[in-house]
Amino acid sequence: MADASIIPAGITGMFDLLSPVAPGWGANLLRGLVRSLQIALGAFGMGLMIGTLGAYGKLYGGPIVRDLAAIYTTLVRAIPELVMILLLYYAGTDLINRILEGMGYQRVDISGLVAGIVVLGFVQGAYATEVLRGAIKAIPQGEIEAARAYGMSPVLMMRRITLPAMLPHALPGLANLWLISTKDTALLAVVGFSELTLETRQAAGATKAYMTFYLAAGALYLFVTLFSNVILEWVEKRARRGMPSVREAH
Amino acid sequence: MKMKSFLKTTVAAVAFVVAGMGAASAEQVKVGIAAEPYPPFASPDASGKWQGWEVEIAMAMCESAKLDCVITPVSWDGIIPALTTKKIDMIAASMSITAEREKTIDFSDKYYNTPTMILGTKGEKMDATPEGLKGKILGVQVSTVHQAYAKKHFADTAAEIKEYQTQDEANQDLAAGRIDATQADGLALETFVATPEGKACCEIKGKVADDLEILGPGVGVGLRKGDTEMKEKINAAIKDIRASGKYNEISKKYFTFDVYGG
Amino acid sequence: MTEAPLEAPIETFPIHKDTGPNLQARKLPPHRIVLILIGLALVASAAYFMRWEWLPNYGGLILQGLWRTIWILCVTVFLGFLLAVPLGLAQASGPAIVAIPARWFCTVIRGTPLLVQLWLLYYGLGSLFPQYPWIRGSELWPYLRQAWPYAVLALTLSYAGYEGEVMRGAFAGVPKGQLESARAFGMPRFTIFRRIWLPQAIHRALPTLAGEAVLQLKSTPLVATITVVDLYSVASRVRQDTFLTYEPLLLLAAGYLVITGVIVFLFRRVERLIPSKLG
Repeated sequence: MADASIIPAGITGMFDLLSPVAPGWGANLLRGLVRSLQIALGAFGMGLMIGTLGAYGKLYGGPIVRDLAAIYTTLVRAIPELVMILLLYYAGTDLINRILEGMGYQRVDISGLVAGIVVLGFVQGAYATEVLRGAIKAIPQGEIEAARAYGMSPVLMMRRITLPAMLPHALPGLANLWLISTKDTALLAVVGFSELTLETRQAAGATKAYMTFYLAAGALYLFVTLFSNVILEWVEKRARRGMPSVREAH
Repeated sequence: MKMKSFLKTTVAAVAFVVAGMGAASAEQVKVGIAAEPYPPFASPDASGKWQGWEVEIAMAMCESAKLDCVITPVSWDGIIPALTTKKIDMIAASMSITAEREKTIDFSDKYYNTPTMILGTKGEKMDATPEGLKGKILGVQVSTVHQAYAKKHFADTAAEIKEYQTQDEANQDLAAGRIDATQADGLALETFVATPEGKACCEIKGKVADDLEILGPGVGVGLRKGDTEMKEKINAAIKDIRASGKYNEISKKYFTFDVYGG
Repeated sequence: MTEAPLEAPIETFPIHKDTGPNLQARKLPPHRIVLILIGLALVASAAYFMRWEWLPNYGGLILQGLWRTIWILCVTVFLGFLLAVPLGLAQASGPAIVAIPARWFCTVIRGTPLLVQLWLLYYGLGSLFPQYPWIRGSELWPYLRQAWPYAVLALTLSYAGYEGEVMRGAFAGVPKGQLESARAFGMPRFTIFRRIWLPQAIHRALPTLAGEAVLQLKSTPLVATITVVDLYSVASRVRQDTFLTYEPLLLLAAGYLVITGVIVFLFRRVERLIPSKLG
């Protein structure tokens, strides 16, 4: 064993194992990657929705809404994601079905993909709330007052003034959340959802090539991060057009 | 007020999307298996399909019971909650029938029964008795009969009982020298010893003494409490595939002896 | 190399900003009393309707797990911070030969999930060791075969990666004039670092440290997946033994909530001890 598997022999075997055609497990990893990205995207989108509601609730809601939003963000940010995922994964879907049944609807079958999106989206929502709240607060008050003075409805004002004006302020925080979202999908491996990390673990377990597969998975995640960075930087540059540069200070 | 109606529509839209995406055809029966390689019973192949003796047997049962089944991998340590919260409809994951589990779920009749064995580091002196494992680090998979058995019989003499999420990880740590022995289903261990890694590191040290109370009468299909209709269907299906020879036909591909047990 | 920070650290629990006016008001408004009552009612009904009779049997185990979690948290935050200082310094002002590896280290650590890093170290690296008989025969082997060194290593590296980025900004943020005047006084380079640069950088990084420590706490349950028996893994064991789904998890969540509260409280105290007057 010791003499047979010194590094060089491993390298050719490594590419065989990672090849995307049948005897190799590359296709499994890629499929896992696609599912991870689906969940990350869904969770990020859902987080944005919750975050918008939460930010509005915290800024403009009544005292009770404001307190409830504060409880939500504090709890989510203090409890480990893994625990949240377990709680929501089992309790959350159970609860939705009980509510649906209570309201007289048929219970729905919640797929792992949707459950994953909902669970991570709920966690993302808490962070998004904070990011968006900060961004909305950074909008010059005069713009909002002017919109009000024109008699804009709250929805129109949100669509035409608040959202576009806060976007540049929110982008760095949101970019950050997207990166967290891609990495947090790995936690779903613990509840048995076959995304990239679990596919990796299964491939590693079946072939006993642990090092190869975990390195490959790490490389895939890193690639997603670096690629996202390029895109995010470009988006940020576009969104900041016409605004004073923050980086010139250096 | 407009804000409120906006909120309402958003919530309704989210609920609708979630419900729409999640809804699968109601007729399908989800067969839960543990999402881990557990050869020869169930393991994923390179194309991501689950295969193995237990997968084939489960599908044969479904065919006999005229159920439209789909294999659904879930994590082993959450497999019972997954069943009770209706994420899956039955468990076919080599789950032994025990009194402890029967408090929470129902079982069909057994569909196989194999001896429990101890696998240990090659060349090290040990056997499958409490004295034989004195001072050793024993690895077991969590929430298995083996964990319960090791806790009762080996906890006093073994140096440590380490718990793993999957048997595969316990095997890996045995090969890596982090534990001295592992207790598991004999067939699964023999399959591991037949692999090059297994052959290099480990050997079967023997069969543990029987303890019917913990090890139970064999492996059955786990079902939700009160799901008697499914239980009757599955019990009839087990009888049917045993009688029709389908059971033996599948078993012959994997084993040289009768895994149904006495 | 791009200038954009890969991922700005989130101030999970800002400790140095003043809290909102609502919280500072001593008197409780009526709606908050109602909310507190509802909260208490929820806790009471959970205590009454859920099953907690298992609790006494696991008391010792829970304390042991709690201790393990806190121990891992403290050790990895301490070691990780020690590692973060050179990482930050190298990136802020080191020559390319150290700055580039340091930047890559931070990028890789922050660009991949901790769970993958942990499994890579434990199952990947760990599976290579026994192939070499001299490692197995060495004095380190009794440690290498246990799980906690891998947990500590992975969490330390992770903390160093995130905090290293913070320290880079902190070092770069110290006003140049201070360092120049120190040099003008003829201070040796190391003294400048020790007396001027480092204290100010740490002070700048302090507000993020609490948040990073909370994030680190939230990462600790991952070590349960490599057989380290921490608080989370005790809760899993209760779940498996009793087949209860919610009770152990709720207790676990409450436990982490309390630890988070303690961390935030301690950092606020530390923050108050240090005179705050930044240049």
